[in-house]
Amino acid sequence: MSHQVKGLKEEAQGGMKGRARSGSPRTGDRLGRRSSSKRAVKAEATPGRLGAQRSQKARTGDSPSPGSPRRKQTGRRRHGEELGEQEQSKAERTCQGRRKRDERASFKEQTAAPKKEKEIPRKEKLKRQKKPRSSSLASSAFGGESLSEEELARILEQVEEKKKLIATMRSKPWPMAKKLTELREAQEFVEKYEGALGKGKGKRLYAYQMLMAKKWVKFKRDFDNFKTQCIPWEMKIKDIESHFGSSVASYFIFLRWMYGVNLVLFGLIFGLVIIPEVLMGMPYGSIPRKTVPRAEEEKAMDFSVLWDFEGYIKYSALFYGYYNNQRTIGWLRYRLPMAYFMVGVSVFGYSLMIVIRSMASNTQGSTGEGESDNFTFSFKMFTSWDYLIGNSETADNKYASITTSFKESIVDEQESNKEENIHLTRFLRVLANFLIICCLCGSGYLIYFVVKRSQQFSKMQNVSWYERNEVEIVMSLLGMFCPPLFETIALLENYHPRTGLKWQLGRIFALFLGNLYTFLLALMDDVHLKLANEETIKNITHWTLFNYYNSSGWNESVPRPPLHPADVPRGSCWETAVGIEFMRLTVSDMLVTYITILLGDFLRACFVRFMNYCWCWDLEAGFPSYAEFDISGNVLGLIFNQGMIWMGSFYAPGLVGINVLRLLTSMYFQCWAVMSSNVPHERVFKASRSNNFYMGLLLLVLFLSLLPVAYTIMSLPPSFDCGPFSGKNRMYDVLQETIENDFPTFLGKIFAFLANPGLIIPAILLMFLAIYYLNSVSKSLSRANAQLRKKIQALREVEKSHKSVKGKATARDSGDTPKNSSKNATQLQLTKEETTPPSASQSQATDKKAQGPGTSNSASWTALPASGHLPISRPPGVKPDSGHAPSQTHLWRSASGKSAQRPPH
Amino acid sequence: MGGSGSRLSKELLAEYQDLTFLTKQEILFSVHVVLAPHLVDNEQQARSGNEHTGKPIAENTDSSPLSTRAHRRFCELLPQEQRSVEQSLLAQVPFEQILSLPELKANPFKERICRVFSTSPTRDSLSFEDFLDLLSVFSDTATPDIKSHYAFRIFDFDDDGTLNREDLSRLVNCLTGEGEDTRLSASEMKQLIDNILEESDIDRDGTINLSEFQHVISRSPDFASSFKIVL
Repeated sequence: MSHQVKGLKEEAQGGMKGRARSGSPRTGDRLGRRSSSKRAVKAEATPGRLGAQRSQKARTGDSPSPGSPRRKQTGRRRHGEELGEQEQSKAERTCQGRRKRDERASFKEQTAAPKKEKEIPRKEKLKRQKKPRSSSLASSAFGGESLSEEELARILEQVEEKKKLIATMRSKPWPMAKKLTELREAQEFVEKYEGALGKGKGKRLYAYQMLMAKKWVKFKRDFDNFKTQCIPWEMKIKDIESHFGSSVASYFIFLRWMYGVNLVLFGLIFGLVIIPEVLMGMPYGSIPRKTVPRAEEEKAMDFSVLWDFEGYIKYSALFYGYYNNQRTIGWLRYRLPMAYFMVGVSVFGYSLMIVIRSMASNTQGSTGEGESDNFTFSFKMFTSWDYLIGNSETADNKYASITTSFKESIVDEQESNKEENIHLTRFLRVLANFLIICCLCGSGYLIYFVVKRSQQFSKMQNVSWYERNEVEIVMSLLGMFCPPLFETIALLENYHPRTGLKWQLGRIFALFLGNLYTFLLALMDDVHLKLANEETIKNITHWTLFNYYNSSGWNESVPRPPLHPADVPRGSCWETAVGIEFMRLTVSDMLVTYITILLGDFLRACFVRFMNYCWCWDLEAGFPSYAEFDISGNVLGLIFNQGMIWMGSFYAPGLVGINVLRLLTSMYFQCWAVMSSNVPHERVFKASRSNNFYMGLLLLVLFLSLLPVAYTIMSLPPSFDCGPFSGKNRMYDVLQETIENDFPTFLGKIFAFLANPGLIIPAILLMFLAIYYLNSVSKSLSRANAQLRKKIQALREVEKSHKSVKGKATARDSGDTPKNSSKNATQLQLTKEETTPPSASQSQATDKKAQGPGTSNSASWTALPASGHLPISRPPGVKPDSGHAPSQTHLWRSASGKSAQRPPH
Repeated sequence: MGGSGSRLSKELLAEYQDLTFLTKQEILFSVHVVLAPHLVDNEQQARSGNEHTGKPIAENTDSSPLSTRAHRRFCELLPQEQRSVEQSLLAQVPFEQILSLPELKANPFKERICRVFSTSPTRDSLSFEDFLDLLSVFSDTATPDIKSHYAFRIFDFDDDGTLNREDLSRLVNCLTGEGEDTRLSASEMKQLIDNILEESDIDRDGTINLSEFQHVISRSPDFASSFKIVL
């Protein structure tokens, strides 16, 4: 089922656990059960088998989340009967059984006595009383006797159960001292009886297995420790978290995640493409594509040229054009073009997989979203404090924001004095959106204009530095100034900061996306232009070579030395040009980010800090103040930077390396900047699940950056004289080539068959059908969810009326009567609500207050013949030994139980 | 960590790891915090000396080496009290020292947190194990169940097992801070508590009990991510 039901189930378990810690029935049960089962271990002959199993079941139901006490009571009672049977069969056991029943009776007295107080010490005491006794019983049961198969099996089960207890101990809300003693007891038990398990030849094997299991646990723990130690920047991020709250820290966690992803991509590209090429490929200067042309040679080492990724850098393994189209290289016969293609594909494949996986794991923990509007106030009340805040200033801001949110929601609830402003707000919002759309269009046009102009510049010869870098500068400036502009405009709208953040993110996203795509379109124009020119250049190259080798005036007998590679005329290699554009864009983006941080944050902070002593107004509190950390801008910057990396990495394999450096430096730099020159947000808000929001944006960007790359690979012919795919019609031809030449023919046939449209179209259709089917299933599930919610609400209403009726009733008669009436009430509800499993005693432990009537109540249940009919009224779907009831009934159950048993105030 | 690892016996450390959601490093670090509180205090004073209002927290960036420094100085101190470490695990640390931890300093629920986790009879001090319990519940990996359980006990100011109106109003006061300007007026408070009870009090008895509380909390998208304290 979907989230809500899961949540309910969890909650049911939680309720159980809550019950578990509340005193007497549990300890009583455990004592009784334990002693009986322990005894059964020894005493059980064949007739006792059934009962023993039952008690086992009861225990397994109990230890992680205790099942219904009433059922256990009946189980215990039956066990008592069994004891009776056994009494007749064996004499020595009778006295034991009697003693045990005496014990139980005395124990009941004990539980009855301190029933009123419900403090922990009492439980402690009980636990302590219980422990030595049960362990002594256990040990007496085992003392020096040989064990039969069944007993062995039982001990094994017990040991397993203890192990489970050990594993789940940490999630029990007990104080440490108690957990320690419980743990030691359990471990002792396990140690003691593990050795007793397995006889003869099995014994050694078993011991060995146990040893290995222990070693394995230890290893796992050490490995976990090691893993947490390996997470980088943990302390830095925690520091930031405590100063700025979780929202700012979420950016850094995202940055760290991104760094990890990029490291993997870098490893992939570096290890499978660049290193083999450098080690085994033809060296620099051997063929034209690996040589700087004669015309550029003298300036190729100038820094200004290198800075633009021209010159020697352009003819290096960092770019697509450097790679040769040789099928195999080196003595390994490494198929480089194939590897290049596959790495390009797997970069996208890995990124998609990792993004979707982390999105899925983010959603798994969360519950349904539609629920949240039911509990606005409670959420504000119970979950609004961010416990990570360790800075008093942030805490003050948080107080203020919580107060504001309380007041706002109260005002919202009253729905007064909001009406008069609604037209103004609407007008302002429309106006703001209008302004922002204007900005977006303007920036898009500006970029298109600039890129067009740059194409003209590129045709001219001596252009200035500014003209050469105009595109990057304009794009970076837009990215720098538009977000603050949007933020200013967004002030008009007066949204809640969390909503405001979403809007802001959406707008900046639109801006970046528009810019990026305009840039791409303009670039594509350029590529097409180059492709059109390619044919003529090809002819020129051909003719040059032809003339060179066949020119007259050369001795025919001596073969001519080959033309120096630097002199061969060559095409413009649009792939490398695209790669260079992305490289430049990335670097300039990085620089602009750093400069913005330095100027906008650090210098401003310095100015405010030091000029404050000699200024006429308070700079810190007044106008310039300190900068806040701009979460949305930074996150989007990161996401778009990543998009550029994805797009560019196919044409510039070195791009990922640069990005890894960039992320590494920006981690340190931004950590320092945020701690040194930013102040916490004025309205601190929590990150909530915006992490998934980031991931969603990232996925979108990934998809969008996949599109142009896929387009160029599938439909543009590669350059004729550079890159690993030169000479082929399309880049993906390399696949076909490999399949034909390197695989056995039948594999080639299979591939050809798979690539057949007759197969692909049905496959796509099938996928559509699957999507449709899953979609409709999820819709129906959510409908079911909504219905269940409605049912719960309806039950709540019914419950309310019940309560009022009961209140009147109890107002009339006082004293002991509530108990009876409550019992009646529960019975009545039981008969009325068929889907409700027998609830009275299950829910009796929900409340500690209910203990008093609860125990006697359940006792009477077991004594009544009615206890026999209860299992019958259980619906068939519910397993008798399952601790969790069907989730949809839980609310009702706990409610009814509580209302029934608690004496009204 | 080797030096201090030997202080806390291996078995005990393993047991602590079994019983809490903490890693070995975290446990050892909390040993430092509890057993050598004066060191942390010194650090803390040094830090708070740097800090006045309105100024950004530039000077506090050096707080990350805190652990290593505390650790080193702790190790220097060890030879004299080598024998007493095991006993000092049982020692009780008074609330004041815990409350002055930088992580808890700004928390409005700090007294409540200490009180809930304290097992001493007078409820005014924390033993090392209590402190571990605290950290475990507030750690990243703790289950939402146990988190909400303790959250309930923290919010239950009078320790009576339910959140009644009195508890809720004290909770609101904690959340809105001490300042006069952020306080809610009496009518606002009443309205707020009414709304909360309307939402969460499923059985309409005027109080919120544990299961109702957990019901609400389990639906919250961001409770588990914010109910965290890291040292």
